Amino acid sequence: MTRRRAVTFRQRLAAWTLGLLYLAIVVAFSIASPRFFTLTNALNVLTQASVVGAAAAGLTLVMLTAGMDLSIGSTMLLASAVGGALVVWADAPVAVALGAMLAVGVLVGLVNGLLVVRAKVSPIIATIGVLFVARGCGLWITQTRALNLPDEFRQLATARLAGVATPVWTLAAVTLAGWLITSRTAFGRQLYAIGADERVAERAGVAVGRHVMAAYALSGLTAGVAGVLLLAQLATVSPGLGRGLELEAIAAAVLGGVSLFGGRGAVPGAVFGALVIQTVRNGLNLVDANPFIYPLVTGGVILLAVALDSLRRGSPARDAAGP
Amino acid sequence: MLHLHDISKRFGRTQALSGVSLEFPAGAVTGLIGENGAGKSTLMNVIAGVIQPDSGHMQLGDAPYTPHHASDAHHSGVALVHQELNLVPSLSVAENLALGAFPQRGLGPLRWVDRRTLAEQSDEAVRRVGLDVRHDTPVGRLSPGERQLVEIAGALRRRPKVLLLDEPTTSLTGPECQRLFGLIERLCGEGLAIVYISHNLGDVAQLCGRTYVLRNGTLAGRMERQGFSERQAITLMIGQPLEEVFPERSGRPAEEVVLEVDGLRLPGAESGASLRLHRGEVLGLAGLMGSGRTELVRALFGLDPRPEGRVLVHGKPLPPGSPRAAIDAGLALVTEDRRRDGLLLDGAIRDNVALASLPRLASSPAGWVSPRRVADACDPVATRFRVDSTDFGRQMVSSLSGGNQQKVILSRWLVTEPDVLLLDEPTRGVDVGAKCEIYAEIQRLVDAGTAVLVISSEMEELKGLCDRIAVMHRGAVSGEFRRGPAGYDDQQLLAAAFGRRNEQ
Repeated sequence: MTRRRAVTFRQRLAAWTLGLLYLAIVVAFSIASPRFFTLTNALNVLTQASVVGAAAAGLTLVMLTAGMDLSIGSTMLLASAVGGALVVWADAPVAVALGAMLAVGVLVGLVNGLLVVRAKVSPIIATIGVLFVARGCGLWITQTRALNLPDEFRQLATARLAGVATPVWTLAAVTLAGWLITSRTAFGRQLYAIGADERVAERAGVAVGRHVMAAYALSGLTAGVAGVLLLAQLATVSPGLGRGLELEAIAAAVLGGVSLFGGRGAVPGAVFGALVIQTVRNGLNLVDANPFIYPLVTGGVILLAVALDSLRRGSPARDAAGP
Repeated sequence: MLHLHDISKRFGRTQALSGVSLEFPAGAVTGLIGENGAGKSTLMNVIAGVIQPDSGHMQLGDAPYTPHHASDAHHSGVALVHQELNLVPSLSVAENLALGAFPQRGLGPLRWVDRRTLAEQSDEAVRRVGLDVRHDTPVGRLSPGERQLVEIAGALRRRPKVLLLDEPTTSLTGPECQRLFGLIERLCGEGLAIVYISHNLGDVAQLCGRTYVLRNGTLAGRMERQGFSERQAITLMIGQPLEEVFPERSGRPAEEVVLEVDGLRLPGAESGASLRLHRGEVLGLAGLMGSGRTELVRALFGLDPRPEGRVLVHGKPLPPGSPRAAIDAGLALVTEDRRRDGLLLDGAIRDNVALASLPRLASSPAGWVSPRRVADACDPVATRFRVDSTDFGRQMVSSLSGGNQQKVILSRWLVTEPDVLLLDEPTRGVDVGAKCEIYAEIQRLVDAGTAVLVISSEMEELKGLCDRIAVMHRGAVSGEFRRGPAGYDDQQLLAAAFGRRNEQ
């Protein structure tokens, strides 16, 4: 009876939950620190959010198919190891190293896709396996030594265009591309159908296997992009590079409204989720909070946002079944 | 238009179809009925090109028709609308219609969706079925009836000559059905050959010029509209005359009130609903789709919150929002949507039947459950229901037909030996034979003192089954009727469903 209407009202509210939460966070930190609400700091936050944001954009495509990619952080390490080795040991030009890093990302993504589509391994298991393999390869290449990159590479992160650092432009470009792909191409729209009900998609003539492969490859590509952004900021390939960032990307996507059960969500939402997480961290830094409480507060914000979301939506089971 | 000659198909040891010859003329609706397992699905899949017959041939118009793949059927102009809808709730109407073949524009390898063409195609397709929804409406916002029409619009986009509709009305309300029938008659007038497969004999009688009856893979008979009788149709379907679909009651309801609902107000309703259910009574809950029948039962059982109103079981108040407490108090609920709320499809039949009784079947305080005890408790109930399986312990529920799955769910709750059994659409999508078994079981339970509340959209079912019928309208009970010597008064029931208050 009134249930249908109540749901649509809730849905309207849905778009705003995270926005309102974000507004509250911004207001709180602005009061707490005079250095928070400035253009410089805003650009800072965006730069810091670019790594996880870019990764979350590609991950969203995989999650839309009701899949999962846990290999993101290790892909960043492997790509960085290859890129670092090329620049430092082989004296390759930076452009070549960049191309190689993106190619490594796509390659890892294709391996994930093959395992999921051809070998029919469940996405979580397949990408956990690849997580270890990719990290292992990365460590093998670097022999677990730290690799220091030349300044030329560092400039990738510090160069500015119209006063805005390149990572922010990169994030913007990845977000825009991801959004266009998911909302404006047949491929993107069909990803939603695959995630909502694979059988329906198959019956309608959607090339399910090829699309899922492509989604994993694109997630690998954005993980490669994120690897470049991260390496440019760190300027060092260390064994722990990228560790745990896959979980942060998943948190960002879920925060931004991407369903863990597939078929629901959007790329800009996932990127916004990354921005929320980074804003909290940046704010805590500016108010000189004890570093030990960073993870606590970040975790608290993620749980709060997701709890609000599922309370509003009803049970997660219903979420899975669609409206 | 479409002729089938001597079609046979065998799966392993099962002869699914043997020597079936049918014809589906253009510009007519032809009915196809039969129990689950009679061969309807196999026949449909043969026509749709999903499976190939072992022998026999088909003819479409004047040409031979030999589809080897579903796409062959599409191209030849044969479209099938499946029983379960093939729609993605989160995508728009237009996107759902175009799902496999989006109109695209682009430069070289860069291609994007041509949104204007997409919208135009959608508007045209939707107009053809007389539906008034915007192309960008998410399908999740549409009513079941509207979704069904969208599905048909999708099938019509390929301009088929033959349209097969499999159980199109299972989730529709009365007015939605009539609207669909109007559309079917119009398409018929345009010269399509329509094949209408249904368990609802009333619909078949209304729509179909000729009806074929399948039984055990053979053609059991055919009936023309003039000579159609439900009685004869049922006799043909089950192979023997069915003296009474609804068994005669032997006992009478007792005075003792087992379940009392007092002023339970559903969210958004103006007034509360009150009900009393007696020991050994079958109470029907009627009302239009959206009148709050399902919501009332879910709220009283504790599946949904119940902000206002009391529920008493044996005179003791039942706390809101706790299905566990409801089960402990002796209630059992069989929900409408068995796939989502009820069954572990990948579980064995026996495990599914035992699910709600495990604590009771546990032998010791440590909670060990003996497989033998579970089998002893569950198998007799499943056997009594004639769940079609030779191995309850091993066969998965997912391999059973819809009717048998429903029997598994009912068995589960019977094993709990409830005092009050709440049934929401217990026979939806179930064939006649299974229906009779379910009706008989309800009577047996009631004679043993159980109180049963049945929600159903089929008025005939409620009239045949119930001692009393309560009619709901906008969340409140708008009328209560006791079975008279001549049964029930249709007009009074209908008036109450539309909200006119009248007491009997």
